[in-house]
Amino acid sequence: MATVATPMKKLLNDPAEVVRESLAGLAAAHADLVRYDTEEQILVRVAPADKVGLVSGGGSGHEPMHGGFVGIGMLDAACPGEVFTSPVPEQMLAATKAVNAGKGVVHIVKNYTGDVMNFKLAAEDALDEGIDVESVLIDDDVAVQDSLYTAGRRGVGATVLAEKIAGAAAERGDDLAAVAGLARRVNEKARSYGVALSSCIPPAAGAPIFDLPDGEMEVGIGIHGEPGRERRPLGSAAEIAELMIEAVVSDLAPADGAAVLPFVNGMGGTPQLELYLLYGEIERRLRERGLRPERRLVGSYITSLEMAGASLTLLELDDELTTLWDAPVHTPALHWGA
Amino acid sequence: MRTTTIHAWMTTIAESVKDQRDYLTQLDAAIGDGDHGVNMDRGFDAVAKALAAQDGAVPPGKLLTLAGKTLVSTVGGASGPLWGTAFRRAGRALGDADEFDGQDLLAALRAALEGVVDLGAAQPGDKTMVDALGPAIDSLAGSLDAGEPLDRALAAATAAAEEGARATVPLQARKGRASYLGERSIGHQDPGATSAALIMAALQRAVERES
Repeated sequence: MATVATPMKKLLNDPAEVVRESLAGLAAAHADLVRYDTEEQILVRVAPADKVGLVSGGGSGHEPMHGGFVGIGMLDAACPGEVFTSPVPEQMLAATKAVNAGKGVVHIVKNYTGDVMNFKLAAEDALDEGIDVESVLIDDDVAVQDSLYTAGRRGVGATVLAEKIAGAAAERGDDLAAVAGLARRVNEKARSYGVALSSCIPPAAGAPIFDLPDGEMEVGIGIHGEPGRERRPLGSAAEIAELMIEAVVSDLAPADGAAVLPFVNGMGGTPQLELYLLYGEIERRLRERGLRPERRLVGSYITSLEMAGASLTLLELDDELTTLWDAPVHTPALHWGA
Repeated sequence: MRTTTIHAWMTTIAESVKDQRDYLTQLDAAIGDGDHGVNMDRGFDAVAKALAAQDGAVPPGKLLTLAGKTLVSTVGGASGPLWGTAFRRAGRALGDADEFDGQDLLAALRAALEGVVDLGAAQPGDKTMVDALGPAIDSLAGSLDAGEPLDRALAAATAAAEEGARATVPLQARKGRASYLGERSIGHQDPGATSAALIMAALQRAVERES
C-alpha cells in the first residue's frame, strides 16, 4: 500500500531508543509508583505486596497502556515491547519472577499472534521455575469476523477494564483462580469497536502506515495502525456513535435494563473535547436502548500513537464487577479512591 | 557441511535481511503493521554478533540452537517465537554432530517447519511463512531422492520458496495480523513468506560458498 511522504515531526532523539527513553521518563515522573528495570526492560510496582501478581505487556505505542497502569490496585508489572511489537519471553519471565509473592501470577494477554506466542513461551519458563501462572486472553474486538479463518478477535479496550478489575481483586486478597476468573469474566462481558480518522506514524518507519484521504474513515480498526475492515465516508459523531453501539450491543446482547460501563477511548490524536461529545451521544443512545450506564470511562487509555479516532468498549456490569471497579487505584494513568 | 556453513548461512541472512529491510517493511505495512524488516534486521544482527562470539569448535546444531534463542529474545512480535522455534528445532535435529549432509539438512528443515506449525498452527494456504517453507522442503526432498547434487537441490528449493512467496499474493490471510483485513489482504505478498524465501536463498549461497 502506498504511504504518503509526510515529513515526520516527533519529539525524538534516536527513533531506535524511543521506547527506552520514554520508559525512563515515565519512571522519573511517577517514581512513587513505578520502577523501571533497565536490565530486564520491565516496569515494576514500587511497593511490593503479598498477593497474587498481575502482569501484562505488549507492544509500545499504546500509552498509557500498559506501563501507565502499574501501581496499586492494578498491574504489578508491565513488559513493553518495541513499538507495535510484542515483548519477548525473557521480559515476561523477569516480570513474573519480580511480582511473584508465592501466590501465583496472572498474565493478561491481548489476543495478537505475537503476544500469545511470547507469553506462552514465558508461562512455560515460569512453570519450570515453580511459579503458578494463569493466562487470561483478552479478545473483545467485534470488528474481527470469521474467527475460524482469522487469528481471532483482537484484544483492545476490555484490556484496561480487565486490568483494573482483576487488579482490585488481587489487592483485596483473592486467590489466583479467582483473580484470573474475574479478568475472564470482564472479557466475556465486554465488546469493543473502533474507528480511525487518520493513520499513525511508527517512529522507526517514519511514515504513516496507511493513507486515509480527507472525508473518509476506516471502520473496524485495531490498535496497531493496521487498516480496518472497510473504508467509509466520514460520518458525524452521532452516526459514528450509532455504528459503534450497534456493533457492540448486537454482539454482546446484554440483558434488558442491564447496568453497563461504556468506555469511550481515544486513539491518541483525538482531543478530549471530541471524546466527551462522542460519549454524550453514546450515553443517550444506550439509555434509549434500555441500558443503564452506571459507571463510565472517557479518555485516551489504549492508543495507537497519534492516530485520530476512537473506540467504544461496553462492559455489562454486575454487583461484584461494579464494586471492584470502584475500589481504589493509584497508577500513573488511572487513580481514584482513598 | 559443518560449523562454518552455519556461520556463513546466518551472516548471509543478516546481510540480506538488512539489504531487504525496507522492502520487508513495505510488504508488512500493506497488510500488517510495518515492522517486519526492522524486527528481522534487529534479530539477525544479534544472531550474527552472538555467533561471531563463539569459537569454531561449537557443533552446527548448537549454533542453530543459539541462533534460535537469540531470535526469540531479540525479535519480539510473532516472527521472534516462530523463527526462534524453527532454528531451535533445526538445531536439535542436527544434534551434536560435527558434520551434516543433505539428508540431515532436510531433516532439520522439516523439524523447523514442524516447530512453526506447532506454535502458529498455520496450514498451507493461510498466507504465512509456511507457504514458502513447505514447497522449499518438498522440493529439496524430491531433488535429493532423485540423486541431485546438493547445490542444485538447494537452488531448486530456493526457487520453490520464492515461487511459494509469490503465490501468497492472491491468498486471503487466515493467520496473524493480516487476517484481520479479510479479503483486503488479497493482492499483497506475505512478508513472512518473503523472509522465509530470503532465508532459503541465504542457505543456498552459504552452501555454494563452502563447496
